[in-house]
Amino acid sequence: MTIVVARHEKISDRFYLVALAQGLVVTMKQMLRSLFGKGIVTIEYPEKRREYSQRFRGAHFISVDSKKTENCTACYLCQTVCPADCITIVAGERDAATSEYGVKKEKRPLSFDIDALRCCFCGFCEEACPKDAIKLSRSYEMATLTREEAQYDLKFLVREVKDRG
Amino acid sequence: MESSDFIWSLSSLWAYVQSYDFIALLLKLIFILIIGPGLVPIMVWLERRGSAMIQGRMGPNRVGPLGLLQALADVLKFFAKEPFVPGTANKFYYNLAPMIAAVAPLAAFAAIPFGGTVLFGEYETNLQLSHLNIGILAALAFAGLEVYPIMLAGWASNNKYAVLGALRGASQMISYEIAMGLALIAMFLIYGTVDMNQMVAWQGESLFGILPRWGLFVNPLAAMIFLIGIFAETNRMPFDLPEGDAELVAGYHVEYGSTKFAMFFFAEYVAMSMAAALFVTLFLGGYGLLPGMETVAVYLSQVFHLEALGLHNLKTFMGVGSFLMKLGFMLFFYIWVRWTVPRFRFDQLMNLGWRILLPIGLVNLVFTAIAIYLIGG
Repeated sequence: MTIVVARHEKISDRFYLVALAQGLVVTMKQMLRSLFGKGIVTIEYPEKRREYSQRFRGAHFISVDSKKTENCTACYLCQTVCPADCITIVAGERDAATSEYGVKKEKRPLSFDIDALRCCFCGFCEEACPKDAIKLSRSYEMATLTREEAQYDLKFLVREVKDRG
Repeated sequence: MESSDFIWSLSSLWAYVQSYDFIALLLKLIFILIIGPGLVPIMVWLERRGSAMIQGRMGPNRVGPLGLLQALADVLKFFAKEPFVPGTANKFYYNLAPMIAAVAPLAAFAAIPFGGTVLFGEYETNLQLSHLNIGILAALAFAGLEVYPIMLAGWASNNKYAVLGALRGASQMISYEIAMGLALIAMFLIYGTVDMNQMVAWQGESLFGILPRWGLFVNPLAAMIFLIGIFAETNRMPFDLPEGDAELVAGYHVEYGSTKFAMFFFAEYVAMSMAAALFVTLFLGGYGLLPGMETVAVYLSQVFHLEALGLHNLKTFMGVGSFLMKLGFMLFFYIWVRWTVPRFRFDQLMNLGWRILLPIGLVNLVFTAIAIYLIGG
């Protein structure tokens, strides 16, 4: 079925040149605005960065306590909930007798690997975590030169991130 | 040839080289070679920054102050690239096309006057590379050559997109040349000459005492047809169908890369400035002084106590300046229109050319002829 949309064109519209002149005025206005720095909507990226929402889900990190020890207790909840199956944890233990935490944080991850290439940034791991350990930061510059660099290990993940980055 | 003749011709050649005419010619040649190709990097910069401004972007601003050296960086990139020739292309015509494209519009520049006369002692120099009797027809003949590189490039590339682009380019340019020619004939009737210097002199007087007697005000219809024709002839938006980025990749020069593409690119911009110079000469009073400049010239001559000769030369140089200003406005106008008007479809383009501009051109010609007969020239 054809949908007929009636266009009520005035004589001046049909003549085209009048409409053309109006268009020229519009573009000239925009150009003058840009010339005085008002109409420019782009930013110079490496120097200036866009401020993203607090809820933005970017590069992963594991939060740390005041002694810079990771909060993760290797409970495997994130690994279980992960729909992309990109988290691999190997659990280990601290000796409660010698550890400064005592029985707290007795269980700890020996390794915590995230395959960022598989990750779909759904944030389920963040939701599942009972210790608020795994989190997604606001950092979005995650491009790497090799695939290996996109395999995040414990050393990369355990870092201090202020204000979600 | 006998040896004495040969020596005589050599010595006369040497005498010519030392003469005032030769030096004046050389200086004019250098000037043309500066404003012709020299406008290209400025145009490229203006095009990129201007379009960015119109679209609310910043445009290239990294290379040099305000990004002015961006064109240089582009050229260096083109020269550093591999000069690739497709295996199935016709090598001879493939290489010939960009050469014709670059030379033809530059040659047309030779016939366009960019200033009045300079008096130097007893010598008088016309600021025009070659003062031809046929005047504007020579410029148009060279401008008309621009259709050949497009056809040659499209056909020799042996690529279906290139052929389609070339076919579009050829039919578009030939269609619009007819309407442009009709507009021109009307102007020839008004001016009564094809000599561009006389045209400029004719336009130097005032109309009704307020407006300058420019072709634009005397016959606005012809100016409009010619202006639209220029856009079609130089394949500019809204008539850039031979290149058709969206559907033809890059049209006739799709198989060209490195220096040869740079030559097409260069040619496109030289052709644009050449067409703009033609429009300025025909319709905007050419190198005639802008309103008010005459007063400034007289005032300056009184301040610096210039003689009649000095005043004449001052007016000439201000004339060159006014020509360049008008040319600059026309070049900006190309960019301005490019980001204002959406592209035409090819059938719309042909309709506009044959069913609107051609009849308007004919009617305009007839009415101009009648008006001239009634007024009596």
